[in-house]
Amino acid sequence: MSKLRIENVVSGYGSMDVLHRLSLEVEEGKIVTLLGPNGSGKTTVLRTIFGVISPKEGKVFYNGQDITGTPPENVARLGMCYVPQEENIFAALTVQENLEMGAFIRDDDFRPRMELVFEFFPDLTDRRKSRAGDLSGGMRQMLAIGRALMLNPEMLLLDEPSTGLAPFLVEQIFERIQTLNKQGVTVFLVEQNAQALSCADHAYILEGGEKRAEGTAQELMNDEEIGKYYLGR
Amino acid sequence: MGLLDFFVSFAIMASIYAIFSMGLNVHWGYTGLLNFGIAGFFAVGAYTSALFTAKMPTGALASFVIQAFGLNMPFLLGVLFAAIFSGLIAVLVGLLTLRLSEGYLAISAIGIAETIRIFFNNERWLANGAQGLIGIKRPLGDVIAPAYYNYFYLGVVVIFVLLIYFALERGIRSPWGRVLRAIREDEVMAAADGKNVFLFKLQSLALGAMIMGIAGSLYAHYSAAIQPSVFEPLFGTFIIWTMLTVGGTGNNKGAILGAFIVWALWSWTTFVILKIVPASFATRAPYIRYVIIGILLVVFTAARPRGIIGEERQVSRF
Amino acid sequence: MLEVIVYGIVLGSIIALGSVGLTLIWGITELFNCAHGDQITAGAYLALLFGGLLSRIGPLGNPVGPFSFSWGLLISFIPAIAVSIGLAVLVDRLVYKRMRRSGAHFITAFIASIGVAWALRGFIYIIWGADFHFYSQGLRAMVFLPAGIKLRTDEIFIMIVAWGSVAAVYLFLGRTKTGKALRALADNPNLARVSGINVERMLIWAWGLAGLLVAVAGILYGIETQLRPEMGWIFLLPLFAAVILGGKGSITGALAGGLVLGLAQQVSTLFLVPTYKPAVAFIIMILVLIFRPKGIFGRRTA
Repeated sequence: MSKLRIENVVSGYGSMDVLHRLSLEVEEGKIVTLLGPNGSGKTTVLRTIFGVISPKEGKVFYNGQDITGTPPENVARLGMCYVPQEENIFAALTVQENLEMGAFIRDDDFRPRMELVFEFFPDLTDRRKSRAGDLSGGMRQMLAIGRALMLNPEMLLLDEPSTGLAPFLVEQIFERIQTLNKQGVTVFLVEQNAQALSCADHAYILEGGEKRAEGTAQELMNDEEIGKYYLGR
Repeated sequence: MGLLDFFVSFAIMASIYAIFSMGLNVHWGYTGLLNFGIAGFFAVGAYTSALFTAKMPTGALASFVIQAFGLNMPFLLGVLFAAIFSGLIAVLVGLLTLRLSEGYLAISAIGIAETIRIFFNNERWLANGAQGLIGIKRPLGDVIAPAYYNYFYLGVVVIFVLLIYFALERGIRSPWGRVLRAIREDEVMAAADGKNVFLFKLQSLALGAMIMGIAGSLYAHYSAAIQPSVFEPLFGTFIIWTMLTVGGTGNNKGAILGAFIVWALWSWTTFVILKIVPASFATRAPYIRYVIIGILLVVFTAARPRGIIGEERQVSRF
Repeated sequence: MLEVIVYGIVLGSIIALGSVGLTLIWGITELFNCAHGDQITAGAYLALLFGGLLSRIGPLGNPVGPFSFSWGLLISFIPAIAVSIGLAVLVDRLVYKRMRRSGAHFITAFIASIGVAWALRGFIYIIWGADFHFYSQGLRAMVFLPAGIKLRTDEIFIMIVAWGSVAAVYLFLGRTKTGKALRALADNPNLARVSGINVERMLIWAWGLAGLLVAVAGILYGIETQLRPEMGWIFLLPLFAAVILGGKGSITGALAGGLVLGLAQQVSTLFLVPTYKPAVAFIIMILVLIFRPKGIFGRRTA
């Protein structure tokens, strides 16, 4: 069952189009990875889905519903959460306050959920009262994802969570993502790092705003051409 | 006869402000520089011209008017030096502030202009402090009869307006002008093209400032007396921004049109209001202009930021 | 020297109050509000209006305890703040919201705020004229503190109200959900939207808070010295400098910045003519912009 689907999306900034009639799909319960080099339009895809920018053409469907152009504050209420690549935490607020803000649209008591998030990212527990901007790169990434988890999302959009992290931290993050997926969260993961293929059920390769290839992680890794150009083999 | 004189005075001031607007157009309209310190260049131009063309006060006058120097130069040299000094100050300011991001540049410029004004106000030795300079030399002032002098001066000012207008229109179509426009559109791309963005901005800052210096000089010789209170932010800076915004940013015709419209509103409303309003209110009536101009600025920036004429399309023909 | 420092703190407290609203709006909407100084002026004059009316009602005309102002003025804080908030929110809805909708450049809003400042000042001139006004003509009682410091009783009131307001703002921003959301919004507007926070609704709170603080700052300044229509302009450069010093969107920074500016300006009077004070503010601002443009507490992410 398709959880998220974009059809023939043309999107960009000002007069510049970044995405050229792009279509892709994320099935429920899967981890889908979008791989591509810098400037291929990966972030634009996520921004278009979440309503940060409106597509010039094409549609975005979530749970079968047309959500094209819905503003971010409303998309957040649909069960989808987005973790941007940069500036993805509230640096001036404490770790705990960041999570509180993640739960902003909840009516109920968010505290049980917050404790769960701390259990999920135990390293953050000691730094509850620390200013988020003072955290190390790895912790910041965990906090960024933690903020998104506060709403108990059905689906997560992650923009290059491995950016600037040491290899062992990258492994940690991907492991956490897989755990989330096993708990039932659909994941749409955008990455430059080919390591992201290892946990993906399905993957797309994006270049110049166009889909270059798609398939299961195995299929893509076995393909010589793709392996050479995109996966650095 | 009175009405004609009124119009002539109006036209002189409107034309002087038109020159200021064209100067601002070089900064903001062409290059995207936020100059909120026009009053500073205004002051420098006015004072330079006044001091360079004045004689050192002697006798009784010397106790009232203190100034650092007086070179007794002819009018045109006064204007020239006004432009030069204004340009120099612009270069200094540019070296200091051009590397700052836009908003900060704007605010810095306000601060610089205010500092210049305060400096002239406090340092009496320079140009008589708060009392300012009087008796500024009028070109051919001894030759032409007072009754007709303004007509002559209007002619002088209009010549400057036309010269500057045509020079700028030529300039903007030159390769140099095109680089400026490119910088305004997309600085990053212009830099990628190998243009030394900083240098171009500095040149633009200097050019616009020189034009403003000329306007300042023309003002000084027209009003024959200047004090630091003239160069305060409202009259010296923001009214010019209103003129350019209303008339058309990026367009010299718009700059001139905007100057005439806003100055008309400014000077005529007082006239009209004083006729309507009871005498007891008379001292406050001039402030209605503040409200009118303020609302004008808000309305135009909110509803029609391009101004009445809007930007010229033809210029970007590559 | 000590007196200069004490007076600097008094003035700094007032600047700090004004700076908080300015930095909040700047952090959330990218608008650097040039009308902020004139809004402070408006607050002061509103209190003059309401205070004057209230003081005519019998005993309300009497001075409050050891202070120079009347009960009428004290009560007038409330209507003055209310109108100030209403004005701030109204201008935002009428002017800036339109610009946000049409995706206008922040420069456009900056220029519009200049128009607002101008119009506001014009109204004040028209209604009250250009002369000075005072809240009261009574004697200003003094208090003698150790180390030979002389303070007016009014100044003690000012400090209590200023820092009481600051404490209240801190509690609001630090302990309430709305307050935290405002801070989040000021820190990272995009992420706040992504988290589901409704920017327009929050902006009403932000402008409301700004409106409250400028009114209090204005009235306190009026108690300290006198009222005149130009006073907003006197404030503007120190406000700008305080906010830039403190960093965009940082409340703590704005408060610290306000104090620093107040002190710096007063200390400068030891060797410069007082009319140079705005120049001092400007120099501080320029130094910060050149050497540490993010401000002391500025946004520091990756």
